[in-house]
Amino acid sequence: MPTIRINGAEHALPPDPRVSLLDFLREHLHLSGTKIGCNQGACGACTVLADGERILSCLALAVQYEGRAITSIEGLGADGQLHPLQQAFIEHDGFQCGYCTPGQLCSAIGMAAELRRGVPSHVTDDLSAASIAPSHDEVRERMSGNLCRCGAHNGIIAAINAQLAAAGLEAP
Amino acid sequence: MTPFTYARAQDADDAIRLAALGDATYLGGGTNLVDLMRETVERPAALVDVTGLSAAIEACPDGSILIGAAAKNTAVAEHRAVRERFPLLSRAIVAGASAQIRNMATVGGNLLQRTRCTYFYDNEGSRCNKRAPGQGCDAIGGFNRMHAVLGTSNACIATHPSDMCVALAALGAIVHLQGAHGSRSLPLTELHRLPGDHPERETELAPGELITAIELPALAFATRSAYRKVRDRASYAFALVSVAAAIEVQDGIVRDVRLALGGVAHKPWRAWKAEGALKGQPANADSFRAAAALELADARPQSANGFKIGLAQSTMVAVLQGLSAKEKQP
Repeated sequence: MPTIRINGAEHALPPDPRVSLLDFLREHLHLSGTKIGCNQGACGACTVLADGERILSCLALAVQYEGRAITSIEGLGADGQLHPLQQAFIEHDGFQCGYCTPGQLCSAIGMAAELRRGVPSHVTDDLSAASIAPSHDEVRERMSGNLCRCGAHNGIIAAINAQLAAAGLEAP
Repeated sequence: MTPFTYARAQDADDAIRLAALGDATYLGGGTNLVDLMRETVERPAALVDVTGLSAAIEACPDGSILIGAAAKNTAVAEHRAVRERFPLLSRAIVAGASAQIRNMATVGGNLLQRTRCTYFYDNEGSRCNKRAPGQGCDAIGGFNRMHAVLGTSNACIATHPSDMCVALAALGAIVHLQGAHGSRSLPLTELHRLPGDHPERETELAPGELITAIELPALAFATRSAYRKVRDRASYAFALVSVAAAIEVQDGIVRDVRLALGGVAHKPWRAWKAEGALKGQPANADSFRAAAALELADARPQSANGFKIGLAQSTMVAVLQGLSAKEKQP
C-alpha cells in the first residue's frame, strides 16, 4: 500500500488522487495546525516541509508525495518543547491572530536551509558569493511567499533573524 | 476537481506510453495545473506524473548546460554553473513566484504554465476564447492592465506569465522533446505560439509529446547579463514588463546582444528587431532607445495597458545601459 511519512509516522495515502496534501493533513489525519488560506498558492498559510524543503500543501496532490517525509507544524517541537523558532516568535511578537504562523514557521525553517546552501534570492547582489548573509532585506524577500494580514511582518522577521543568529547564521 | 486517474511515470518512455493509454495530461510540480483543476478550468481525465523523470543538470565542457525537465526551479537557480555561465537565468527564476513554489515547480512545467489572465480563470462569469474557443474575449475592453501589447489578436490578449522563459528565449535555449514517434528539438522561441485565431493552441507540441530537457547552448558573453522585472509590488507578483539581456561591447561598439521581453505577449518575446538594429552600433543611450522603439513600433495598446509600451522601452534602455556600464569596467 502506498504510504507517506508525516511527522515521523507512516500513513496510507488516500485512494482518491484529488486529495491535496493540505486536505490530507487536516481532514484525514486531523492535523489542523497547517492552515488553509487562499487554497490557490498565493498566501503561504499551508506551507509544510517535504524532505526539509518548504512547499505549499494546497497545490500538492498527496499522491505525488508517496514515500516522502512531510513535516508540519505539529512535527516541529520535540518532547513537549517548542521549537526554538516558535519561542522566538513569542519573544518578538511574531504574530497576532496566529493564522499564518504555522506556515511562517515551516517556511522560515526551509528558508534557513536554503540560506545555508547558498541559494540566491532576488535581492542577492553577488551570484558568485559562496555564502549569503541573512540581511533584513534577504529575509524579507525570502519570506515574501507568506502573507500576514495582521501586519506582524516586522516581528516575524525579527524572530527569524534572532533564530538565524542563534543558529550561527549572522545578519551583517 | 473533476475525477481523474493518476499514474507515476518511471522514465520518458513510460510517460509517453502511459499518456497514450488515456489521453492524459502530464503533471509536474502541480503549482499551476492543480490550481486550474481546482477551478475546473482544466478537467483532465488522467494525469501522468513526470516529476520522476530526469532532473539532472549537466554542465558540459563546451560551455553548454543540459537541464532535465523535472529539475526544480530552485535547483536551476542555485546551480553553480548556471550562476556562472548564465546569471540572467538564475536572476529570472528567483524573480518569479515564491520560494515554496520554486521548490515545487519543474522546468518543463514552467514552460507549459498557462496565462494568469483573470478572465481565463473566471470559468463561470467571463468569456474566454482560450478556455472556450469561439466564446469571445472579455479582457478586450475589460480590465486589461496586465495584458499583452505585442503579437495580440482579436481573439486573445493574454500574456505568458513565466520569468524563466524570458531568460531562456534570450539565451536561445533548445527544448528537447520526445513523443510516440520519436525525439526532436525545437528552439524555445518556436515552442510557444501567438494567439491568432486559436489562442487555445498555446504550443507546437503534438498530442502526448513530452518535454524531456532544456539545452542552454554556450554563450560566452552571457556572463554579463541581467534580468529586470517591473511589477506592482517588490516581490511575489507577475511582471508588468520584464527584460532579459546580455550584451558584448568592444571598443564602444555592440558586437553581439541578446534581448527578450516578458509580460508583453502571448509568448516569451525575443526582441529580434532590436537585436538586429543594435549590432555594430555604438553602445550608447541613443542606440538603445532607437532599438527599443523599433521593437515596440508594432505594439497595440488595449484600454488600460498602454503604459506597457513606454515601460518596456525604458526598461530595455535601462538594462542595456546598466550592462554596458559594467562592460567599461576593468
